Amino acid sequence: MNTSTVMSTEVKDPAADKPTASTSRYIIADRQNFRLGAALGSWESMLALLFVAAFTICAIVQPHFLDMYNLADGTFNFSEKAMIALPMALLIICREIDISVSGILALSSVAIGLAHTNGAPPEVLLPIAIATGTACGWLNGIMVTRYKLPSIVVTIGTVSLFRGLASVVLGDKAFTGYPQLMTDWGQGYFFGFIPREFVVLLVFALLFAGFLHCTTWGRRVYAIGNNPVAARFSGIPVDSYRLGLFMLTGAMAGLAAWFLTGRIGSTRPNIAMGWELEVITMVILGGVSIAGGAGTIGGVLLAVLTLGTVTYGLSLANIPGIYMTIVVGILLLVTIALPRLLRGKRIAK
Amino acid sequence: MKEILKMRETQLAISIVVLIALVGSRAPVFVSSSSLGNLLTDSTLLIMLALAQMLVIVTRGIDLSVASTLALSGMMSALLAVRFPELPLPVVMLVAVAIGLVLGLVNGYLIGYLDLAPIVVTLGTMSVYRGLVFVLSGGAWVSSHQMPPEFIAFPLSRFLGVTNLVWIAGLTILVFWYIAMHSRFGRDLYAVGNAPASARYVGIPIAKRLFWTYGISGAVAGLCGYLWVARYAVAYTEIAYGFEFTVIAACVIGGVSIAGGSGSVAGAVLGGLFLAVIGNALPVVKVSPFWQSALTGVVILTAVLINARNGKTGGRQILPLHLNKANAQGSAA
Repeated sequence: MNTSTVMSTEVKDPAADKPTASTSRYIIADRQNFRLGAALGSWESMLALLFVAAFTICAIVQPHFLDMYNLADGTFNFSEKAMIALPMALLIICREIDISVSGILALSSVAIGLAHTNGAPPEVLLPIAIATGTACGWLNGIMVTRYKLPSIVVTIGTVSLFRGLASVVLGDKAFTGYPQLMTDWGQGYFFGFIPREFVVLLVFALLFAGFLHCTTWGRRVYAIGNNPVAARFSGIPVDSYRLGLFMLTGAMAGLAAWFLTGRIGSTRPNIAMGWELEVITMVILGGVSIAGGAGTIGGVLLAVLTLGTVTYGLSLANIPGIYMTIVVGILLLVTIALPRLLRGKRIAK
Repeated sequence: MKEILKMRETQLAISIVVLIALVGSRAPVFVSSSSLGNLLTDSTLLIMLALAQMLVIVTRGIDLSVASTLALSGMMSALLAVRFPELPLPVVMLVAVAIGLVLGLVNGYLIGYLDLAPIVVTLGTMSVYRGLVFVLSGGAWVSSHQMPPEFIAFPLSRFLGVTNLVWIAGLTILVFWYIAMHSRFGRDLYAVGNAPASARYVGIPIAKRLFWTYGISGAVAGLCGYLWVARYAVAYTEIAYGFEFTVIAACVIGGVSIAGGSGSVAGAVLGGLFLAVIGNALPVVKVSPFWQSALTGVVILTAVLINARNGKTGGRQILPLHLNKANAQGSAA
């Protein structure tokens, strides 16, 4: 009875050996060939177009938009968020998410403040911030990997824990009077007009892009995001990668805390309130799939710059910041809904 | 009996009672009837929102826009009541529910019919709705002396000795119990959450079900919007800011699985009640209010850890494990 099926499997199908275009959403080729059409139609090209359009419109409508000093200063309002968006992109590609970044940022900032008021020298404040952030990220990672809990639940819990601890330490006070070193980095410029924060952001973007797109580790992050079980069976230490990425996100949030605290010069309980959602919005707008396994650092950086341009343009036009949230929300909805509407209805779910 | 004790809901109910008793032993004021009545009234909004969120999470979704929907419909009903003070209260409430329903259906359309990721869609609508509150109000506060007196009085006025808020929450619980346990709609939602592909094969109209699930979530948020604004007698742009996470936390504590397909009405209600008890107990036992957020975090993490241990299934064994074989032979010999 089974002979026919056995026979048919034994007959070699020549087409089966070749990697054909699968019906899966994501395809990991060993090395993809460069095709101009695909490159132009990609999410990143769309974003680049959007960025250029936003930039041009702002430049035409706003007479002072192209002032180099203003433009450079405009990067201040997104540099710290973008620093967190980079590791967040890796996490989301890996099918995880971290809601607790703003809590980590608040706690790291409090740690800096506490160390500073207790007489720590200015140079150790940066390591303290990064260490606090890494520790928080480690807690998230351990909960996710050791106890197999969904990361969204864990980090919803830890965000109130971290922010709560920060407000317990702070009470109704605030830490101020930070050393000159932090002010120099938070508010300072290279060559007189390029903000140091922005340069640091670009350096980190390069590092992350190199990590994700040019190393085996980066390939494995994509593999985990596409299929964690298959990735585990092919010998990737999935849990170590997850733990590492959570700690990396924590460390970057700590770094962002150091810059933000240096820039605004104080630590208050509501520091970076609501940033987690802004950061996630940047990442998703950058073309990272929330289902995991797809996305690029270049896309995230383009999304960051686009949002930064629009924010800067709106603020020049004296439009209240909260209008920005509407613009960002609509931008997010349109960018994800439009391809789906254009492609027509799919039945798969 | 043992099964009942093992149930997550029973354990949660017991821990709530223990918590109340513990706090009561430190501060007897806490277990007075007026204080417990306050506790009940304080927990109602969270419980109602948690119920709606439960249905959404059961379908493998998440609704981050509830707090913004609440704020928008609350602000709109407040503005409506201020502009037309002679409008009867039921009409205002209906308008609030309708606004919430429409906002929720927008989510539902994008998630159900366009098949977009719920977390992304509600993240987007969350910002849009919150921004619209500012646009509508012009950033101004609507304060108590502007609103008509009966608009403010309704949630806290008493009927048969219990506040209207509690009555409404009780009705909502009944309705949700019916939807989740005794209606085809509710069964379909569990099916969708458990195995979306199978649900499609047996002919469940997934898109339509999701559309209305988010609609219900929005409608409840709309009703809570009016109740919130009337109860606290003030409407401003930041009402209920960040409340979506509290609502989700209540669901998680109540044992609603974020992976979809499981969750009960009792769990969501008890989860909301638990968070409300903690919130009300801390000031009574003279713990600084600054601790509240940190303790809430610890409670959420503990709850998910306990829940995870209950539902532990272990890894799948795809290759024979020699260790087991040796054991089996050893026991056989």
